[in-house]
Amino acid sequence: MSEIASLFSNFANITWQEAVMWIIGGVLIYLGIKKKMEPTLLVPMGFGAILVNLPLSGAVTQGSEVGVLDLLFNTTIANEVLLMLLFIGIGAMCDFTPLLSCPRMMLFGAAAQFGIFFTISLATALGFSLQDAASIGIIGAADGPTSIFVGSYYNTKYLGAIIVAAYSYMALVPIIQPPVIRAITTKKERMIRMPYNTNHVSKTAKILFPIIVTAIAGIVAPKSVALIGFLMFGNLIRECGVLDSLSDTAQNVLPNLVTLLLGIVVASQMKAENFLTVQTIMIIALGLVAFIMDTVGGVLFAKIMNLFTPKNKINPMIGAAGISAFPMSARVVNQMALDEDPTNIILMHAIGANVSGQIASVLAGGIILSLVPKL
Amino acid sequence: MNSTFLQSLRIMGVGMLGIFVVTIVLIAAMVILTKIFPAGKEKKEKDSREN
Repeated sequence: MSEIASLFSNFANITWQEAVMWIIGGVLIYLGIKKKMEPTLLVPMGFGAILVNLPLSGAVTQGSEVGVLDLLFNTTIANEVLLMLLFIGIGAMCDFTPLLSCPRMMLFGAAAQFGIFFTISLATALGFSLQDAASIGIIGAADGPTSIFVGSYYNTKYLGAIIVAAYSYMALVPIIQPPVIRAITTKKERMIRMPYNTNHVSKTAKILFPIIVTAIAGIVAPKSVALIGFLMFGNLIRECGVLDSLSDTAQNVLPNLVTLLLGIVVASQMKAENFLTVQTIMIIALGLVAFIMDTVGGVLFAKIMNLFTPKNKINPMIGAAGISAFPMSARVVNQMALDEDPTNIILMHAIGANVSGQIASVLAGGIILSLVPKL
Repeated sequence: MNSTFLQSLRIMGVGMLGIFVVTIVLIAAMVILTKIFPAGKEKKEKDSREN
């Protein structure tokens, strides 16, 4: 009888904090499945949140017994290996042709990183250390892997909250961006037409582009070489034309494999004692600020540019597509233009700004690594 | 005003400036690339090889 009782003794170890984490895990699974919010990440993360918060869970380290999720975290994410592989996949999925046909769209990618730096300052004002603030601010990169990369680099204890915020807001771009854009633009501005010249881009230019970007970014911010280099390596595989099977693997199998592990391994950072804190709520709020200020930065920059080029005006909504949430942001902006005028299609410009946001966010991550010292 | 906040303002200035500088260099590189290797030239070479 006592042996049977001992089988259930672990029930006594359940804490209310763990029960709350099960609910949070359940919510993440619900959002992923029912609302289709980044399901590839939120479903494994939700399940992982439950897994690591079972009392005395064998999935995470307990005393001297190493848990498999902690082991995987230390060998794949803490040393950035898994993320680098994911960057190859992202690079292979990116088509930079719309950017090469209209290079000035790159400016919006840069302007829309403003939210990152604004949030870093705000986080330090709220009492976070500079390293934690940098890890929080990078949520504004609107690029999950970059957020994980920077957070892991600074070994922040808030990694779980940062990742949940980053991926949740990426999925919420269609809800976050439109009201912000409407608040800072007029209807007349939203109706500005932008003729798209279908400038064809040569294959040679497309092949040289990733090599040149890597060289320039690497010389300016050497710490960004790993990030941008792997991204551009993936793009080179795509564009060179002689590695079709590798390109196919990099675009499909590789990201799927990495993502399969990423979500559940990242959940090892969602232990109740680390996650259920006031700081988590602050991080969730700061992440929203980062996305809003990215959008504001991009749109206002476009409006400033219009002051100098009155004959060749830019629809300021394009600036909002400069955040890296690809291709959702471009679609949102194009849809908003169509809502104002059903014949005004700005998709190609928006995609140009959106892919440039992908480069700029990785660049911003690299620049932060150069500017904020590791503890 | 704590020193970390002031440091973060400096990071904001230098960081945004850094991104824009790299961006401008990249735009210049893209313009030069598409001028040196225009699509039309490649297409003509391909056509002449086919003929």
